[in-house]
Amino acid sequence: MPDSTTITHDGQALSNSANSAHGEHPPYQRHHFETVDQQFDATNFAMWLFLLTEVMFFGGLFTAYLIMRNWYYPAFVEGSHQLSIFWGTANTAVLIASSFTMAMAVWSAEVRRKGALLLFLSLTLVFGFVFLGIKGIEWHEKWEKHHVPGMNFSVQAFVNPQSDPEVYKEYQDKPLAPDMAQKTEEYFFLYFAMTGMHALHMVIGAGILVFMIFRARAGAYTTGHVTFVENFGLYWHFVDIIWIYLFALLYLISRH
Amino acid sequence: MSAATIVSLPDQSTARIPKMNFLTRENGLLSWLLTSDHKRIATLYLISITFFFFIGGALAGLIRLELLTPQTSLMAADTYNKVFTMHGVIMVFLFLVPSVPATIGNFFIPMMIGAKDLALPKINLLSWYLYVGAGIMMIYTMAAGGVDTGWTFTTPLSTHYLNTHVISTGLAIFVAGFSSIFTGLNFIVTIHKMRVPGMTWFRLPLFVWSNYAASILMVLGTPVLAITLVLVVLERTMHIGVFDPAYGGDPLLFQHLFWFYSHPAVYIMILPGMGVISEVVSTFSRKRVFGYTAVAFSSVAIAVFGFFVWAHHMFIMGISNYAALIFSLLTMLVAVPSAIKIFNWTFTLYKGSITFETPMLYAFGFMGLFTIGGLTGVFLGTTGTDIHLTETYFIVAHFHFVMVGGMLMAFLSGIHFWWPKWTGRMYPEKISQFAAVVTFIGFNFTFFPQFILGMLGMPRRYAAYPPEFQALNVFSTAGATILGVGYLLPILYLTWSLKYGAVAGDNPWQATGLEWQTQSPPLTENFLETPIMDHEAYDYEWLEKQNIARQQQKEVASAG
Amino acid sequence: MDHISPVLWQFLEKWLERFALFPPEASTVAPQSDALFFFMVLVSLIGLTIVVLLIVAFSILYSKKRHPQAVQIEGSTILEATWTIIPLGLFLVMFVWGALLYFRIYTPPANALNIYVVGKQWMWKAEHPGGQHEINMLHVPVGRPIQITLISQDVFHSFSIPAFRVKREAIPGRYTTVWFEATRTGTFHLFCTQYCGTNHSQMIGDVIVMTPDDYKKWLESSTSGNSLAQDGERLFTSLSCGACHNARPDARGPSLAGVYNARLTLSSGQAITADDAYLREAILNPSEHITQGYAPIMPTYQGQISEEGVIALVEYIKNLDSDYRVQQTLNTTELAPNIEEKAAPAAKAPAAQEGVNP
Repeated sequence: MPDSTTITHDGQALSNSANSAHGEHPPYQRHHFETVDQQFDATNFAMWLFLLTEVMFFGGLFTAYLIMRNWYYPAFVEGSHQLSIFWGTANTAVLIASSFTMAMAVWSAEVRRKGALLLFLSLTLVFGFVFLGIKGIEWHEKWEKHHVPGMNFSVQAFVNPQSDPEVYKEYQDKPLAPDMAQKTEEYFFLYFAMTGMHALHMVIGAGILVFMIFRARAGAYTTGHVTFVENFGLYWHFVDIIWIYLFALLYLISRH
Repeated sequence: MSAATIVSLPDQSTARIPKMNFLTRENGLLSWLLTSDHKRIATLYLISITFFFFIGGALAGLIRLELLTPQTSLMAADTYNKVFTMHGVIMVFLFLVPSVPATIGNFFIPMMIGAKDLALPKINLLSWYLYVGAGIMMIYTMAAGGVDTGWTFTTPLSTHYLNTHVISTGLAIFVAGFSSIFTGLNFIVTIHKMRVPGMTWFRLPLFVWSNYAASILMVLGTPVLAITLVLVVLERTMHIGVFDPAYGGDPLLFQHLFWFYSHPAVYIMILPGMGVISEVVSTFSRKRVFGYTAVAFSSVAIAVFGFFVWAHHMFIMGISNYAALIFSLLTMLVAVPSAIKIFNWTFTLYKGSITFETPMLYAFGFMGLFTIGGLTGVFLGTTGTDIHLTETYFIVAHFHFVMVGGMLMAFLSGIHFWWPKWTGRMYPEKISQFAAVVTFIGFNFTFFPQFILGMLGMPRRYAAYPPEFQALNVFSTAGATILGVGYLLPILYLTWSLKYGAVAGDNPWQATGLEWQTQSPPLTENFLETPIMDHEAYDYEWLEKQNIARQQQKEVASAG
Repeated sequence: MDHISPVLWQFLEKWLERFALFPPEASTVAPQSDALFFFMVLVSLIGLTIVVLLIVAFSILYSKKRHPQAVQIEGSTILEATWTIIPLGLFLVMFVWGALLYFRIYTPPANALNIYVVGKQWMWKAEHPGGQHEINMLHVPVGRPIQITLISQDVFHSFSIPAFRVKREAIPGRYTTVWFEATRTGTFHLFCTQYCGTNHSQMIGDVIVMTPDDYKKWLESSTSGNSLAQDGERLFTSLSCGACHNARPDARGPSLAGVYNARLTLSSGQAITADDAYLREAILNPSEHITQGYAPIMPTYQGQISEEGVIALVEYIKNLDSDYRVQQTLNTTELAPNIEEKAAPAAKAPAAQEGVNP
């Protein structure tokens, strides 16, 4: 190898790869990758790894939840009865539908159908907004019933379940002792923390979807470069899976 | 070439820094702030972490000044509490965690595997911006009055009993944590997917193995810290949470969640430093690292075992005796791979050809001081003695030995080792050797007395202490002054060397890594042609052949 | 241990203590802790010496001047095995030895005298069963096992007596215990070692070890008149606990006579021992600690009683072996079995009891 200090360059972009002159690779291949496959491989792996960090992130919340539920099961049961199965199931259906439309979007990008891609991305976004809207309804309801921790939290519905006729009609809960009733605040703290963190991830996802719709219109994903759509799809499916766990853990405690 | 040194510089009368390199490729502030070149990002990181190191160091100086007297003389107790908290937070999260990975790792891991950049260059830049964001939030916290929770944020003190800036600090660390996660993620993907042909796992430099292990810890452990901080912030704002016993929460839950990250964090901090030592000891003994496979696997073993020992920080906190036993046993297991490394490095010297340039001096310092620090870790991992020694200055001495005597020395070793490649210039050898010795002496004077203070029972985080502890504290402060000089000197002479240092050439140390087979400073694309890895790691015979081939080419060129 | 050589041991320890390099050994467990500590120091010194000697020796023998050509060596499985197994073996010895010591320090003997200590920002309050209260001081007799039952009123604190080699965290929300037996009289440091806020470094005190006679004199001169159990009885009555917790056949709660350390079955089916932790929890979080056969109607006293109050109640219950005085109180006040009427009759109760200072 010649001594590099004697080489002069003119400050132009260097063609540095031994095997390809500039232009022999697709325009979306970044220069530090040797092949498109390597680029796809690396970014895909990176997304899976990122999702693993997200599992660890939510894991802290799940750990706290498991311990508190183990200690204060009666409070968690009655707290969970305050959640609407109707809205929860609706949200689950909405998210599963959105995962389907997202998968269809990935397919559309792979078969290079821009119209279909735009349709499915938009549908996914719509479903995302529907989910967030329903979440807003549920949270508002909690606010009205004074079940938001730290903001005039009321244990009335748990010490005296008959004071909440709708819920009582469905579950006929027994009154909780005052100290156990007070623990429902812990349940709701975890409810808001977990659904809130999930909602935050959805908002971020929605933001990226908007970005992607604009880029898709410009044809960025239907010329063979599906990496971004595919990796985002992974992220979206992950957010969906987290919701399914949340649904089971928060809404379905001791339902028969 | 003198017999006492391996430094092989080009003819200084004709040698020049190559006109085209990553520093000169583009000019202007935006070309730096919007760069995707891993080398420029590493340089940005180097400047920022040095800045925060000196803030943390100044805070340390304040601590030692206050501890000269048994009473609170220099500052009120509240202020002292803020000073040691900020010292800990800044040093851990803004210096130690990113130190080697974000600077030396960012710069050299792609080069060591023959790649042109990391797998995700834009994420790399994002990492730096997150770091800077965290730093700004930390400065804001200090300007706004500081935080006094201790770097461990023990609840319910941090959630309900303090009215200082816990939330802004928590958020700053959260952001810094994501900077760390993205760096680790980038490294793992790069090492898996971007190795050049022929670069099998067992031909990788051991520096890459160590950073790989540290990256696993970063990626899996840091998110748990992130969510824990979120829970603390939520509890502070909503006045209800899972850590407060008055509401049915459990303060020990915080301890488990916090230490689940913070124990692997110490391995995140030390493993990259160990990687540096492998490179330096090999180069300055002209020998392959003894027991390459053992050293490589021990890095991974430390990472894996490191996840299972967190509750050894909680032996006296009322965990069950049996739980304490299990964690103590696992702690003994995690201590062994570090011992293996020390012995392997020592035996790398056997039948080597050793010279004592500055990086090697720092490496020797590391080996001695890390041995002491690591062994005192075993004192603490042993449940019975931990009862007496925990929460005293013994702990403070232990972690400063491993982090400052260990990690910081490794960092300085690495900076000096790769400085010629990074900047194209040599640092001045004599003064840097002097600084290394001063640092070593100052360090021992500062921190060894703290072991004794700990045995005597002096608690940590005390602004005032019983008078009988004063003598040792004065001794420690005197040492800290010397240590401060030792750290100040590199800043001065390294800056000096940027303009006046000798031109280094491609391979002043005659080292075997791929990064040394190209110009100094490197081109933006690192290599003119993609290298093929056709030899083992640390193959000095291959290097010999390269040099002979090059010599012959030169002769042919000048003859023809 | 002292078996090794009493002379050598005394020399080493006393010499170190004299030069303020080592804390005094003032408890039964201190020499045991120190023995393990010295063993570890010895092993560490040997290990460090080996490493340093090898580094120095190799640096000299194989410096470039003396050894210009390096010999490439792959490694040595034998050496790897050696320096894996020997350190592991030594660490495991330390682990076992330390584990035995740990169990010893955290398993109080049955005959230990129990003193409650409440940590709060920023003081230690010691509550002796005889009713002596101390702040930042702890008087104990020499030669007797003493158990400290710790709890915090607010944040984490840590109760540390270096001279005894014991330390234990004081946690809000539950009791932790540690025990020691002092072996010499004198005054020793008491520290809080878990950072707890502004005056963490002021949360220090003295442990004063006295001869049994001096201790007795001190007990007599420092009592406030009521023992802890008597304080507890006053609380018990003022909170009208006896309205449910009595031995009448129609009582709504179980009688507490003799309940301490009894085996109970809870309404969840779980069988537990009614120790200090249980008693405290049953007062503050009763709904999860209901004895089988009783309705979960006990109100919680969380927030109404301080930790000292709970300690007094627990001490009272521990010493309660008959229902007699409870019955007396109920009879005197003619309580109807109705919760709301408690308030008025409770004021009359103290007058009916003998020997109680107002």
